[in-house]
Amino acid sequence: MSSFYRAHVLVCAGAGCVSSGCKAVEQALRAEVAQQGLDGEVKIIQTGCVGSCDQGPVIVVYPEGTFYRKVRPDDVPEIVEEHLLKGRPVERLLYRDESSEPVVNLEDIGFFKRQRKIVLRNCGVINPEDITEYIARDGYEALGRVLTEMTPEEVIDIVKRSGLRGRGGAGFPTGVKWGFTAKAAGSPKYVVCNADEGDPGAFMDRSVLEGDPHSVIEAMAIAGYAIGSNQGYVYVRAEYPLAIERLSIAIKQAREYGLLGKDIFSTGFDFDLEIRVGAGAFVCGEETALIASIEGRRGMPHPKPPFPANEGLWGKPTLINNVETYANIPPIILNGPEWFAGIGTEKSKGTKVFALAGKINNTGLVEVPMGTTLREIIYEVGGGIPGGRRFKAAQTGGPSGGCIPAEHLDVPMEYDSLVKLGAMMGSGGLIVMDDHTCMVDMARFFLQFTQDESCGKCTPCREGTKVMLDILTRITEGKGREGDVELLEDLARTIKNTALCGLGQTAPNPVLSTIRYFRDEYEAHIREKRCPAGVCQALVKYEIIQDKCRRCGLCQKACPVGAIEEVVAPEEEPVAVGAGATGITGTAVTAGAAATAGAARTKRKPLAINQEKCLKCGVCMRECRFQAITRV
Amino acid sequence: MDTARAKPKVKLTIDGREVEIEQGATVLEAARKAGIDIPTLCYHPAVGPSGACRVCIVEVEGARTLVASCVYPVAEGMVVRTNTAAVRAARKTVVELLIAGHPQDCLSCERNGKCELQALARNLGIRKVRYNISDKEHREPDTSSPSIVRNPDKCVLCGRCVTVCRDIQGVGALSFAYRGRRTLVTPSFEHGLGEAKCTSCGQCSAVCPVGAIVEKDDTGVVWDALDDPEKHVVVQVAPAVRAALGEEFGMPAGTPVTGKIAQALHMLGFDAVFDTQFAADLTIMEEGHEFIERLNRRGVLPLVTSCSPGWIRYCEQFHPEFLDHISTCKSPQQMMGAVIKSYYAKIKGIDPSKIFSVSIMPCTAKKYEAKRPEMRTSSAPSQDVDAVLTTRELARMIRAAGIDFANLEDGEFDSPLGISSGAGTIFGVTGGVMEAALRSVYEILTKKTLGDVRFEAVRGFDGVRHATIDIAGTQVRVAVVHGLGNAGRFLAGTEDSPDRYHFVEIMACPGGCICGGGQPISLDPAVRQLRASVLYREDERKPIRKSHENVEVRRLYDTFLGQPGSELAHRLLHTAYGPDAARLAREDRAHSAAFGRQPMSAAGV
Amino acid sequence: MAVMSATIGTAACKCSCGSNAGKLVDDRFPKLDAIIAKYKGKPGALIPVLHEAQQLFGCLSEDVQDRVASGLGISPSEVYGVSTFYSFFTLRPRGKWKIGVCLGTACYVRGAAEVVEALKKELDIPVNGTTKDGRFTLEVVRCLGACGLAPVMMIGDDVHGRVRPEQIPEILKEYR
Ligand SMILES: Cc1cc2nc3c(=O)[nH]c(=O)nc-3n(C[C@H](O)[C@H](O)[C@H](O)COP(=O)(O)O)c2cc1C
Ligand code: SF4
Ligand code: SF4
Ligand code: SF4
Ligand code: SF4
Ligand code: SF4
Ligand code: SF4
Ligand code: SF4
Ligand code: SF4
Ligand code: FES
Ligand code: FES
Ligand code: FES
Repeated sequence: MSSFYRAHVLVCAGAGCVSSGCKAVEQALRAEVAQQGLDGEVKIIQTGCVGSCDQGPVIVVYPEGTFYRKVRPDDVPEIVEEHLLKGRPVERLLYRDESSEPVVNLEDIGFFKRQRKIVLRNCGVINPEDITEYIARDGYEALGRVLTEMTPEEVIDIVKRSGLRGRGGAGFPTGVKWGFTAKAAGSPKYVVCNADEGDPGAFMDRSVLEGDPHSVIEAMAIAGYAIGSNQGYVYVRAEYPLAIERLSIAIKQAREYGLLGKDIFSTGFDFDLEIRVGAGAFVCGEETALIASIEGRRGMPHPKPPFPANEGLWGKPTLINNVETYANIPPIILNGPEWFAGIGTEKSKGTKVFALAGKINNTGLVEVPMGTTLREIIYEVGGGIPGGRRFKAAQTGGPSGGCIPAEHLDVPMEYDSLVKLGAMMGSGGLIVMDDHTCMVDMARFFLQFTQDESCGKCTPCREGTKVMLDILTRITEGKGREGDVELLEDLARTIKNTALCGLGQTAPNPVLSTIRYFRDEYEAHIREKRCPAGVCQALVKYEIIQDKCRRCGLCQKACPVGAIEEVVAPEEEPVAVGAGATGITGTAVTAGAAATAGAARTKRKPLAINQEKCLKCGVCMRECRFQAITRV
Repeated sequence: MDTARAKPKVKLTIDGREVEIEQGATVLEAARKAGIDIPTLCYHPAVGPSGACRVCIVEVEGARTLVASCVYPVAEGMVVRTNTAAVRAARKTVVELLIAGHPQDCLSCERNGKCELQALARNLGIRKVRYNISDKEHREPDTSSPSIVRNPDKCVLCGRCVTVCRDIQGVGALSFAYRGRRTLVTPSFEHGLGEAKCTSCGQCSAVCPVGAIVEKDDTGVVWDALDDPEKHVVVQVAPAVRAALGEEFGMPAGTPVTGKIAQALHMLGFDAVFDTQFAADLTIMEEGHEFIERLNRRGVLPLVTSCSPGWIRYCEQFHPEFLDHISTCKSPQQMMGAVIKSYYAKIKGIDPSKIFSVSIMPCTAKKYEAKRPEMRTSSAPSQDVDAVLTTRELARMIRAAGIDFANLEDGEFDSPLGISSGAGTIFGVTGGVMEAALRSVYEILTKKTLGDVRFEAVRGFDGVRHATIDIAGTQVRVAVVHGLGNAGRFLAGTEDSPDRYHFVEIMACPGGCICGGGQPISLDPAVRQLRASVLYREDERKPIRKSHENVEVRRLYDTFLGQPGSELAHRLLHTAYGPDAARLAREDRAHSAAFGRQPMSAAGV
Repeated sequence: MAVMSATIGTAACKCSCGSNAGKLVDDRFPKLDAIIAKYKGKPGALIPVLHEAQQLFGCLSEDVQDRVASGLGISPSEVYGVSTFYSFFTLRPRGKWKIGVCLGTACYVRGAAEVVEALKKELDIPVNGTTKDGRFTLEVVRCLGACGLAPVMMIGDDVHGRVRPEQIPEILKEYR
């Protein structure tokens, strides 16, 4: 069918591009193509996330594979005119790499070059709302083969031999889990897809559901066959309306095609799916809490054992896997376990999708073989740190994970090496931090998160993380005491060792790992009442460097609270310039002397920041064109 | 409970000792079996484990973290250590964290000295709380219920009350709300319990490990009455109280203290000390009469007992369609109250308005019952029962008065309302009312004397028990239900159909009144059995075992009431129910006539 | 039971979330009954019902929750426990525009906290507050999955990426 078209224009309709306005671009494209009479020749396809969300809206034109970025509706006529009619790429919309050379082809862009796409194989390539496109790319072939050629034991064996480990966080061997659930006594059994994606900063599950929902549906049906279940649930967080919509469409189409429902492929196997929408609780990503939530209860975890494989949904054996885990299944079936096991490292097979975000040039989704080093991901795929700043650390595993400092940039990204460093793979959120990030503040941020999201059931997590948070808060406020770091370490150990579920057991990780690598920063806050990164508001001060200041007055206008005041020259009003009385700092006073020179130059009075009024919002610093304001 | 199939056993090692226990048991159960006690807070044997507090943690070889022994299942060859330095330190930290967020008001707390959190702090040797949680949200105590007071600030979120109320009592008045540190145990929309659908059964207060749910304290008005020379203060004591009060004074569970109670009450200054068991006998006369009437005249059957106000309130709120089945007899407490302010006042020549009538009950719901507007049938302007004290409150009064209870001489109840049969005694245990009724109904209907007065089939603690008794040719089918959850299932007919029965006894509290919401608090699963045995033994020793043989009850009929079911008996001893009568009553006491019932207070004697 | 739901059926919603408030018969209650009927008997019905009820009413007032409880045959306290557990459910009516600032990690390291501060100041409300004119409710959310555009905030269904605090007055203008 697609061969009728001369060109395909793929418009990314992932969440990132939607928010940068891809809908308008798509409408403009359709209108322009129609106007030029190209309807029969050019096909416009909405896809899921292409991966480079910060470049959005993104469109890719095939057959060439030309990658256009930051496309605006008024760029569209030019693209149609130049590229689609005349075959000349529009250079100004092309991606430019570090050398500033425009790169025409998607495959040549560093961001895409190093990637190997298994999970994201269809994302950004097919229209997720059209099942035929999935089928055209071998979709549902794996399910067909499984149902017609394999026994459930064979399927489980393939998954085991592939070495696939769960991508939801803990990295438990998927085949083993399938085996347990298959063996568990009780019926009916259930297959659940964990699409709660709670780690803030990770969005690969969302992209898969939005860009390639059928891969998850197909995998769940395969899992159903393998463990002996006829009913699946996908638990999606409510924050992902687009994913829910696309998944619903996909389920409907799969039913229409007889790929879900009764007697699939005339093999007598029945399987159907239902979507359950979460309601805003991070802890519901934890499997026993997720079960409680599907059952319509408060998402409070349940002690394990019993594990869901034995007693899950409604007390029945239940298989729970993550979206990304499932998305790996069809290729494993089609290409064989050896193929999959040939990718990655000894104990971590296949690829991993990372959500690159934070202080990094190319943010977005990247899929690389397990074992790719952090350095490669950050510098080769991610294009390094913006503004040429120094890499300080990367947080992996979100609020349950830890940070990896610069000295470990060469760590291979796989389950076990990360654990050794006190971090963890988690779901693959990779937040890059530069030297403007305060590690104590980050630890406080994560603990605030876990404290807000704790279900409140068990004492160590409910009360203990609160005590830790209080301590961290006082440190960032300059009220830290000697011994606080030890108190934190002691509590962290107890909480990890005694909390009921994974949330509490991992909540102290960000604290422990920042203490491990950045103890000196904690000490600076506590002993010197200083925030080396200049982040902790109570500990920073904005000051005007008089030598650089041109007295343009921009900062004064920008300051929301009028904290930037004229310094009254000492000879005119000697009493007022007491540093204590006005709160004007030492710098300002010394500036008073320099002011005479400045005043002669500009006829304007020198400015200084009244620290009592200053909110520390940093607006003045951003506004100043002469870098005359510093944060100390 | 009665599954004969023995579970396979597993062997494990705890602190170097080998223990054998059934598969499916928890590490805690295994440890306790081996005589090793592990501290707990959220676990209660009658409520079940939840794994929430983490006080019971132990080391299990091979486990990634410490594990909560109350929920961790045993496995063959498991190696457990309950007393390592790591375990002790972690436990201490957990308890310190609980204390850090807790109002440390022990000196003025109802549970002072009987508090599980306090005991943990003591036993773990906590000398300093290293943490401080500053911004804990303060909430005012909920005093809206006539029976219990909730103080959410003291709640340790163990969840026992939630589980008891929802799963065991089938009521669901309390739930967890919010999450994280804001988690709160509360009725919906944070209303007071008095406005919620709560049966006042008090089971929540009986399982709360701390002072977060306690009985409403009415000792103050009783002390006032005792100090008032104008007042003639009369007290009655329910059967279940004598089976448990001793526990409050360090006596082993199962010690009968009937005589000591009578003595202590006299010492406290009550002018007359009566026995609710007298009224229990009276109840049997009226209820037996009602049953025979319904049986003979094809009235609404099954007839269901009415002596448990927790059950009444449950039925009114959740199964109003079933109200017609409930006996119109008042509970023994209220029969006694009505008799005191009418018959007793008359024979003693006391102005009923000068009488202050107190009852000592195992029950928090009785506090609510005494306040129902229809419980005002005497000519006195007050309720028939002026104040209800639970067993726990009586213990406090005895302590405050400096009475050395454990070493008291036995005293006697006063006459005429202090005489009772063994049938009245067993009212306090599930099945007791039924057994007492059967003893009398059988003899009245068959006009024969029972050889053995014991009806074993209705004894025991299975949730629902039934029996068929041949009475004068009629196969009378009876059922005994205890615990409101069981009652709910029974009424819903899921496991059994109520229609199959002629006569049903329902008690709100699991075990009956011996485990009422106002009884001494105990974590020992054996107390139920021990308390029941006190009553059954007392029954055995009584010279009279059947209610209709109680001479004082007979005299009451002969000289005052006439016949069971007479007009006067009806006015004084019977009542009616309505869907949520109590709520309507609270909203507008003045319009109690609006229930479509005869205003009882007009029925002066 | 039947008696009970009949009496609630004629009660007006006491909350001020919609234009129907104050009317004796709120036609949304029959719709709610239909929602309940659709899910009744299905396992795990409570959360989907609450989602739809919130969509219908704007918030989950006490009347709505009581109706859901009696309709599904669960206790009101349990419904309340669920509705207060999940941050997606709101018990009070919200402003016309719901502003959700992402405080996920990616957004946080890119300065989302300052965006929140700027919004608090501009609207003169705390987080979770609603402006007096009922136009805006300020909330903090966790990761909208658009981390590439951090810091991100949503106003209604519009996503705004790369927000700088000083842009706030400008952005809000569109919604005033
Ligand atoms: C607090 C917490 C949050 C979690 N959140 C998620 C999540 O959002 N998505 C996910 O797939 N797994 C999450 N997990 C892991 C799941 O509990 C579970 O291990 C996983 O879904 C299993 O799937 P897998 O074997 O395919 O990884 C979370 C675990 C914890 C303790
Ligand atoms: S660790 Fe935290 S989230 Fe998990 S059960 Fe305990 S309180 Fe709840
Ligand atoms: S930091 Fe903000 S408040 Fe302080 S002087 Fe600069 S603009 Fe004004
Ligand atoms: S903006 Fe910069 S140069 Fe201009 S007055 Fe302020 S500090 Fe001086
Ligand atoms: S509940 Fe226990 S620990 Fe708390 S104040 Fe009362 S006695 Fe003390
Ligand atoms: S235990 Fe200690 S603190 Fe408490 S009353 Fe006695 S002396 Fe005072
Ligand atoms: S008194 Fe009984 S019904 Fe009321 S909350 Fe307590 S346990 Fe529930
Ligand atoms: S009120 Fe008592 S029983 Fe209920 S959760 Fe709190 S501490 Fe536990
Ligand atoms: S069973 Fe006894 S203690 Fe419990 S509510 Fe009924 S009368 Fe009271
Ligand atoms: S959403 Fe378009 S590239 Fe990610
Ligand atoms: S007693 Fe075991 S966790 Fe509370
Ligand atoms: S962290 Fe803000 S959108 Fe993901």
